[in-house]
Amino acid sequence: MSEPVISVRNLQVEFVTRRATLRAIDGVSFDIHKGEVLGVVGESGAGKSVTGAAIIGLIEPPGRISGGEILLNGRRIDNLSPEEMRKVRGRKVAMIFQDPLTSLNPLFRVGEQLVETIRTHLQMNERQARDRAVELLTEVGIPAPEKRIDGYPHEFSGGMRQRVVIALALCAEPDFIVADEPTTALDVSVQAQIISLIKKLGRERGMAVMLVTHDMGVIAETADRVAVMYAGRLAEIGPVRDVVQRPMHPYAKGLMGAIPTLEASTERLVQIPGSMPRLSSIPRGCAFNPRCADVFARCHVDQPLPLSVQGRQVACHLYENERLKTAEVAR
Amino acid sequence: MSPRPYVEVTDLKKTFDVSKPWLNRVLEGAPRQYLKAVDGVSFDIRKGETFALVGESGSGKSTVARMVVGLLNPTGGEVTIDGISMTDPGQRAQRAKLRRKMQMVFQDPYASLNPRWRVDRIIAEPIRAFNVVEGEANIVARVGELLTLVGLHPDDGKKFPHEFSGGQRQRVAIARSLASNADFIVCDEPTSALDVSVQAQILNLMRDLQEKFGLTYLFISHNLAVVRHMATRIGVMYLGRLVEVSDAKEMFTHPRHPYTRMLLDAVPDLAMSGRARIPVAGEIPNPITPPTGCTFHPRCPLANERCKAENPLPINGVACHAVVEGRTLAHPVAA
Repeated sequence: MSEPVISVRNLQVEFVTRRATLRAIDGVSFDIHKGEVLGVVGESGAGKSVTGAAIIGLIEPPGRISGGEILLNGRRIDNLSPEEMRKVRGRKVAMIFQDPLTSLNPLFRVGEQLVETIRTHLQMNERQARDRAVELLTEVGIPAPEKRIDGYPHEFSGGMRQRVVIALALCAEPDFIVADEPTTALDVSVQAQIISLIKKLGRERGMAVMLVTHDMGVIAETADRVAVMYAGRLAEIGPVRDVVQRPMHPYAKGLMGAIPTLEASTERLVQIPGSMPRLSSIPRGCAFNPRCADVFARCHVDQPLPLSVQGRQVACHLYENERLKTAEVAR
Repeated sequence: MSPRPYVEVTDLKKTFDVSKPWLNRVLEGAPRQYLKAVDGVSFDIRKGETFALVGESGSGKSTVARMVVGLLNPTGGEVTIDGISMTDPGQRAQRAKLRRKMQMVFQDPYASLNPRWRVDRIIAEPIRAFNVVEGEANIVARVGELLTLVGLHPDDGKKFPHEFSGGQRQRVAIARSLASNADFIVCDEPTSALDVSVQAQILNLMRDLQEKFGLTYLFISHNLAVVRHMATRIGVMYLGRLVEVSDAKEMFTHPRHPYTRMLLDAVPDLAMSGRARIPVAGEIPNPITPPTGCTFHPRCPLANERCKAENPLPINGVACHAVVEGRTLAHPVAA
């Protein structure tokens, strides 16, 4: 297999507060290859957005990357100076944020914002940059781009604004895009359009995409592989079909069962008792142990490390036991 | 003959004045502008059922909910609950008695609880306001009972709202809505601010309470999967109009209105069954200048000249010329 575009190795992110140092990300590792969409799901506070921000170098003090490394095309980017990182960001890696209204400057025409971004990263004159901006707007599906390019953000609807934000992210043809909840602020009918746009662009341009969302449906539609996060750690990562239809980690199982679907009948939803722990009080051992139905002694002591089981990685002691058992039987 | 429905909404209308300020109108000659947020909506809710209103932002579902409970005065039409009109000024006295029978659960549990009040005071407020229970000791006992009912501990009453998570706050809001022994609860997007695992807890709780007390729900949501899980009957709204009303099962297996089909097609396919879907086109138009005729016609794959000119009226629960005329689109439907 070719070298991954983005490789995250044992990432740790900490936030230093007066009372304690909180570990928001604890030992997260994954790769994203060219043309691949990795979906990252989890509930609020699971650390999905922080992971995205860490890759793109947008962790602000008091937060800091305290361990691990991030490689872009084989080159470390987590230890670059802010100036060096600024050159990478936008050019090689780009980001699409949740709220399209706050990621566009309301005082500038859409075209001016696109042209500025293009000229920052590519050697082009005003005329060429403007032509390229029109091309980009066409590509993201904005009707009559020659006319709309002179509009202000408030003249666009939510869905169209999000398309403009996507065009902005594409300006310098980045290799990697982090899309952080790109459809959460949109209505379902518009959401479906944006999802298929991101999917199409990723495939056509061979970009690696990290899609952060709390909506499992969006992941199922878009992603090739999915990572389930819980309390700053990876619970399970694997091909989307496997994880969505046959989750292995008890948290992933509960999460899938809790989602009401159109297909299922109106039986009771699976209920995970309790809620995600605060960062200041993550339990010892496995972070999920107070809510887990299959908990046993070891879960309170050791933090489970990701195990390779059936073509995916699961961080759960249950599967280590299973593996040992099968090994004994074999002996 | 079935008994009279518990809630009857007839030709409900709400128009908002969105004109520019007076000075601008005088100086710039700008005309007055009106936004028809709700335009002739009629439906019934039977006792003990969950009636859901679905639609995208700006379709007027929350405005309907607010008019049903009397938080907004309708511009036209009538709401009758348990035989008492919410709009007729002559029935003010009867309405006062009705008030305790209906409660509302709001979307944002961070905004709907007073941050300066302890939870026991929040829950006791309807009890005191309606004199449901006499005597301080009895009120305390009743609050404890309500907290237990929604899955919290009676001691939690001594805490402030900020000490609870979003899901727990929504439990408090539900406890408050039950405090006056209400039997009709209007829920405006009760779980859309919550995470999925917490959403499942709240939805299960709401269904348990409905079974226990025979509650009637008007359930507002934009999430079709949630509605499928909760509703007995469903009304689909588009730009202030009700385009389809049908039984929940029927709507998901045999959607009739083209907009309903489009909404169902837009829901991400979690089972990855590979069901055939029509890609969704367009967005909701500006409600100040809605399209002529059927407001859905610019996005509708079945639209013709008649749809552009004539507003369809609901026939057998569907407001669509194409359905009445039998114009169809070869399209497999989700099972």
